[in-house]
Amino acid sequence: MSSPETTPQSIEESLFDAIAEIGPDRADITREATLEDLDLDSLDLVEIAQLVQERWGIDLDPQDFEGVRTAGDALDVISARVLAL
Amino acid sequence: MRRAVVITGVGAITPLGVGADTLIDRWTAGASGIEDGLGRCAQFDPAQTLTRKQMHRSDRFTQLALAAAAEAIAGAGWADELPYPPERIGCIVGTGIGGVETCMSQQTILDERGADACSPLGIPMMMPNAASGAIAMRYGIAGPNWSVASACAAGAHAIGTAARLVQIGEADAIVTGGAEAAIAPLTIAAFARMLATSRTGVSRPFDARRDGFVLGEGAGVLVLEEAESARARGAEPLGQLLGYAATADAYHLTAPDPTGGGPARAIALALEEARVGAADVDYVNAHGTATLLNDRVETAAIKRVFGDAAAQLPVSSLKSAIGHLLGASGAVEAVATVLALRRRIAPPTLNWAAAEEGLDLDYVPVSAKPLRAAAHARRAVGISNSFGFGGHNAVLCIAA
Repeated sequence: MSSPETTPQSIEESLFDAIAEIGPDRADITREATLEDLDLDSLDLVEIAQLVQERWGIDLDPQDFEGVRTAGDALDVISARVLAL
Repeated sequence: MRRAVVITGVGAITPLGVGADTLIDRWTAGASGIEDGLGRCAQFDPAQTLTRKQMHRSDRFTQLALAAAAEAIAGAGWADELPYPPERIGCIVGTGIGGVETCMSQQTILDERGADACSPLGIPMMMPNAASGAIAMRYGIAGPNWSVASACAAGAHAIGTAARLVQIGEADAIVTGGAEAAIAPLTIAAFARMLATSRTGVSRPFDARRDGFVLGEGAGVLVLEEAESARARGAEPLGQLLGYAATADAYHLTAPDPTGGGPARAIALALEEARVGAADVDYVNAHGTATLLNDRVETAAIKRVFGDAAAQLPVSSLKSAIGHLLGASGAVEAVATVLALRRRIAPPTLNWAAAEEGLDLDYVPVSAKPLRAAAHARRAVGISNSFGFGGHNAVLCIAA
């Protein structure tokens, strides 16, 4: 189960900070920004999955990101899994 | 007939600092970039030329190559627009080892945290061809592109290979050179076990007291262009690449053939292609590692080719000032050779004071000296020697 401090906002903060570590400017990372806008490719998605694993202990498969177009879409996939813990 | 090749841009990141002019200025002045027995590029800040993403996705050797390439490309006047169709511009960059720091850090992650924690960037960062690929992506150059791996001769082989591609018409220009960032615990330990590196931490090529090479890091990049195309676009060449030759000792895994036959053949063939007689060479930029075997064999090879003229020929080693940059050394030394020839000066072999019997060339001890060409209104001609473990010999003949 997720800890009491885990909120959608805290997951967003944490995830977007993590994405910023692999390249894009933090200010550019918004829910609406597309993966293309942020220059994120399949290798980046693997890194993001690893960061999620480290932070929340969730194993994501590449297919979990299928259909993901924006940072918000990715956040929704991850939030749903984290909040379900 | 082979097309002529000119050098229109140079760049270097070395232990003497950032920039090719910094390299030649400081070397000529007798400055050393070696600290605590290592030649680190302490002044290099990758953030000056790379985005955070580029840095995140590249090993240090690629970062050094990108920075040196940026300088060379700007110097060639290409920064705003490529002068030829992208498909006619190639990139060939040598390295001795490639992304060894990445390899080691990934091994540590594997050991400590398991396979799932290994980075998806591990392979593309450690692969030896990462630098030439990254340069191509950054500038959109889509011609021939690969890496050359021949240990400490890789930089010179890369430049020679690039020149051949321009000569035979497979490309009109090539961004070429070498990069290395192998100051890592494993390489330090492994070279030390071979007794190849200096225990004193002082690089003393050709000096009786020398005790091995000092490990360094860095990158050198040159822009080569077909001479007519360069002239047509109004470029002002820094120099010409007149000749190149590569030979093998076919003798021993690491030790050079004591007769110097392999290197001598490479020097002679490079001069033959350049149509330069031994008496017309003004300067030899030595491989000059400061290992006992290299210094003796290289001296023997120079004597074999130059005969009586050898005694008057200035022979100096940049490795005395920056250490041995492995796969980058031949490229950084080619950059230094072009600029030394342009300035009509032989930069010095630092730390040289004690002669050894048989090692009796003019090693330009401690202080730079003018080249003979300075006294005559003619071009200056030099050669740059590079030799590598495995018995590789590569020699470039350059004029400016």
